Amino acid sequence: MNPHVILRVVAKFLIPLIVMFAFYVQFHGDYGPGGGFQAGVILAAAVILYALIFGLDAAKKAVPPAIVRIGMSLGVLFYGGTGVVTWLLGANYLEYGVLASDPADGQHYGILAVELGVLFSVASVMVAIFYAFGSRQPDLSDEDW
Amino acid sequence: MPDLIFTHFNYAVVIVLMMVGLYTIFATQNLIKKLVGLSVFQTSVFLLYITISKVEGGQPPIIVKSYGGGDHASLTETVQVASAAPVGTHGGSYGPEVLYSNPLPHVLILTAIVVGVATLAIGLALVVRIREVYGTIEKDEIDKLDYRFNLEGTDG
Amino acid sequence: MDLLSFFPEWVLTHGAALLVVLPLLLGAALAVVPSENAAWAISLIVAILCSLIAFALCVQTFGGESLTYAMGGWDPPHGIAYVIDSLSAPVLFLISLMAVLCLLYALPSVRAEVEPKKRAPFYAAFLTCLAGLLGMVTTGDAFNVFVFLEVSSISTYVLVGMGASRDRRALNASFNYLILGSIGATFFVVGLGFLYMETGTLNMADMARILRDLDGGSRVAQVAFAFIIIGLGLKLAMFPLHVWLPGAYAHSPSFVTAFLASTATKAALYLLLRFTFTVYDFEFNYVNSSVMFLLVGFGIAGMVFASLQAIFQTDARRTLAFSSVAQVGYMLLGIGLGTAAGAAAGYLHLINHAVIKGALFICLGAMWYRFGITRIADFRGLSKTMPWTMGAFTISALSLIGVPFTAGFVSKYKLAAAVAGEGWWWAVGVIVVSSILAIIYMGNILKEAYFREPPIVNGEVVARNEAPLMMLIPMWALALASISIGLNSDVIVATANNAAELLFPLADALPGGIFQ
Repeated sequence: MNPHVILRVVAKFLIPLIVMFAFYVQFHGDYGPGGGFQAGVILAAAVILYALIFGLDAAKKAVPPAIVRIGMSLGVLFYGGTGVVTWLLGANYLEYGVLASDPADGQHYGILAVELGVLFSVASVMVAIFYAFGSRQPDLSDEDW
Repeated sequence: MPDLIFTHFNYAVVIVLMMVGLYTIFATQNLIKKLVGLSVFQTSVFLLYITISKVEGGQPPIIVKSYGGGDHASLTETVQVASAAPVGTHGGSYGPEVLYSNPLPHVLILTAIVVGVATLAIGLALVVRIREVYGTIEKDEIDKLDYRFNLEGTDG
Repeated sequence: MDLLSFFPEWVLTHGAALLVVLPLLLGAALAVVPSENAAWAISLIVAILCSLIAFALCVQTFGGESLTYAMGGWDPPHGIAYVIDSLSAPVLFLISLMAVLCLLYALPSVRAEVEPKKRAPFYAAFLTCLAGLLGMVTTGDAFNVFVFLEVSSISTYVLVGMGASRDRRALNASFNYLILGSIGATFFVVGLGFLYMETGTLNMADMARILRDLDGGSRVAQVAFAFIIIGLGLKLAMFPLHVWLPGAYAHSPSFVTAFLASTATKAALYLLLRFTFTVYDFEFNYVNSSVMFLLVGFGIAGMVFASLQAIFQTDARRTLAFSSVAQVGYMLLGIGLGTAAGAAAGYLHLINHAVIKGALFICLGAMWYRFGITRIADFRGLSKTMPWTMGAFTISALSLIGVPFTAGFVSKYKLAAAVAGEGWWWAVGVIVVSSILAIIYMGNILKEAYFREPPIVNGEVVARNEAPLMMLIPMWALALASISIGLNSDVIVATANNAAELLFPLADALPGGIFQ
């Protein structure tokens, strides 16, 4: 019999909702409050909640540290890459207006791409920090602290 | 005098937080507590920025007109209006129809918070390593160990 | 000869942004590169490209024109603008060139000092630091300065902490640096907040215009100035705020020390120049008095007390670290004079000191690499065991002291001339005293190296063991640069004069130009 049955069941219900909410905050970000930072932290919170309830090993199986590490870089590259694309289109760095035929649409696409990069980076960094501190084996027993 | 404090109570709170943080950093020998002090100190700055961005009677700075649409020029104009909103001048009205609070400090502080989190994470990581290597997180004890280390001349 | 014709048109238009984007993006990419050699090669290529771009920008702005790059196409003052002018371009070139030279030296040094698993991330942190330093010099937006300041600082804490695999004190030093550096950055950002309250803008040129219209502004602007000066003072190791520096320089990996000593405090000094003279105006009463008394006072105190402290250090790296604090004092003295000549002398010393200290720390790193020594007492006989390294060290040491025909002499002479021009003869005396103290502390090291025999280990005299070629190249390049600046300083003095003219636009009108 598993301990914390209620916690586990509730968490299983909540985690998908948290992830959904993260993406809502993300994609609603260019119309209202929200954006990559907030969404990234919410997404990371889902992973961390999973790790807290089901254990670090299970979380690492679901979200491997290698992917987290790549995600950190990928986010920055996505952000910077958006700027490089605008360069290739002949505009200034991060000048989103050129991303679509209508400059206002271009602004939307640009900020969406950039915020997606922020989402990747923030979520991965949060999870990476949690993994780094959580998986450290103390070489001293807890009583020494 | 009390009037001044009550009308500027946000600054009073900022100053109190700032001094509490700064005092904690220098008064404690415990590295974790130093980081706590640093966080409080940085938080006071966040508060300073956020409170100065409030325009009396101002709405949250979300454009209500329409989703999408509009050409580039009007978008530019809106952004310029938003960033040129008067700061610290309470009650000043700007623009013909809607009065917005100034959103710019919020954006700045979002960045500053991220910077603060990064600093805190690195600080804590260093404390973990210090604890492993030195076996203590009290600054005075670490300095004593370092001093002894220097005298023994086992450098390198 | 048109040097600019070698560069593609596109690089010239987007150079300002490219300079920051290149190291930042590749720094992020390096975090997942597994191979240490690939990481090193990519870093080196990035640094070389950056220095080429910075050189192009230097050439473009040499005539005194300034380039503005509107980030995202949003025009300043509302958008973030990157501004390159004759003040920032030489600093950019200096930083990226030092990055190239230090990276050449890094390959053997990092292999010896950093654990294998951490080497690729080490280069990633280094590129991020480079991006931060270049960014804070490039940007014309005050809050952007803070962001880049923290990007460079946070990656520096990591780099300093990496020294732990060689010397556990690096952790403690890194932590101290983190606490004080964050306090400095926070003070700076408080100052920016007040400045924003006063002016309602974040663009530095716009701030300057509004402050001049307000004739210096209210007390809010004064408080902002105080916070900014203290914050930057912490970052640039102004004398009483320098306590983080000796530890950070002494215990970090020697590659990091060489790079930091020649760039990090220099970028902060650049910001000090920018804020005191461009954003604020020397004409404002409070700026005038605080710069005159505070910067000059602390500069002079640093020159004397830090030099005295340097004499009593047993660790050569700490000696040089305290010497760095003293040299910052020279620059502050020049800046604090508040004349174009003083600012030009301070700027000149900024460049020269970066060259000198970079060479000295690379030499110390090479000595540790071969013999594992950092204590002055262990330096005996190094002139015989490592003649080439010691040769470069000696040239740079003489340059630091200010012997004629070296870079140090040029800038100290200009500084003394500028100070004397104001009639501050006592300050000339302090420069001389501080130089004598420099003779003593550098002499201590040279004496051990030249006048004592190599130690005897296991019954045999220690054999000659020269540093590897990858270390000799950068150290000699810097040592020769030091001499060539001493022999012919025209270009670099002209650069410094251009920078000073930007800060004091009226300098042309004065009879006799800047240096007489």
